[in-house]
Amino acid sequence: MDRYFYTHLSNSGLTVTNTATHTPNTGHGMSNAGYVRIALILGIITALEVSTYYVDFGPLFLPALLIMMSIKFVMVVSYFMHLKFDNKLFSMMFYSGLILAIGVYSAALATFKFFLS
Amino acid sequence: MTDAAVHNDAEHNVHASSSGISNVKLGMWLFLGSECLLFGGLISTYMLYRGRVGQGPTPSQVFDIPFTSVSSFVLLMSSLTMVLAVSSATKKDDRGTTLWLTVTALLGATFVGGQVYEFTAFKSEGLGFGTSLFGSSFYTLTGFHGVHVTVGIIMLMALVGVVQRGEIPGSKAETIEMIGLYWHFVDIVWIVIFTLIYLIPV
Repeated sequence: MDRYFYTHLSNSGLTVTNTATHTPNTGHGMSNAGYVRIALILGIITALEVSTYYVDFGPLFLPALLIMMSIKFVMVVSYFMHLKFDNKLFSMMFYSGLILAIGVYSAALATFKFFLS
Repeated sequence: MTDAAVHNDAEHNVHASSSGISNVKLGMWLFLGSECLLFGGLISTYMLYRGRVGQGPTPSQVFDIPFTSVSSFVLLMSSLTMVLAVSSATKKDDRGTTLWLTVTALLGATFVGGQVYEFTAFKSEGLGFGTSLFGSSFYTLTGFHGVHVTVGIIMLMALVGVVQRGEIPGSKAETIEMIGLYWHFVDIVWIVIFTLIYLIPV
């Protein structure tokens, strides 16, 4: 929503019952320090990911990598892309595409017996 | 919506919508959702063909994990600078916005430069586009991503020029945020590529 919208309405003596304007993604409650903290965590996770190349994690190798990848993915989407603080419709739009892609291509890979090899 | 509200919207160049949310932003998220399908197809194609090396080198023979790790870190940090640019734009800090957008573009250019170097090194090691199915699917996937980053850099530089001239119509913060969403998406695609393609061996 235009940050001036309510102010202008208030000045003009009008009230709002249904806001048919949009909300620019401003001031989502995270400070710059918060963003730096998120970036630090992402950097540490990346370092851990790279360490799997040098250190033998045994059977935990694959699950650990996939979990770390997912955590990084969700953190960027939630905090840097503000999806956590934004309208749920945006989350629906994005995650629908993502889940559809994962489903379709998992099925395609299964068809080619990828997971058995 | 009242006439007064419509007038105010026009005054501030805000796009009205019956859903109460920004159509531009909705469109961007829809676009990013569809991009998941594009990259999903390219990644799964690579996963299928990564073992088909023919007479060419295997992934473990050509991949330089330390180098790619640094590139990944650079791109990851560009997401931080991008979000700082959006934050500066929100505070109407044009100088900060310009600075962070420029840093983001530079980090992106560093990443693309690294990718060009990587491709050149792979080529010299015998991995061409047509060498094997592994080569074709690898270059297609990472090439598509590189093109996305390059388009992002062009948009960032254009944005720097436009911000400096104060020519962005409507909400400046939202315009920068839209480019930011695209940039972060390019970053999350690389998060997936780095793990699935580089770190998980064939």
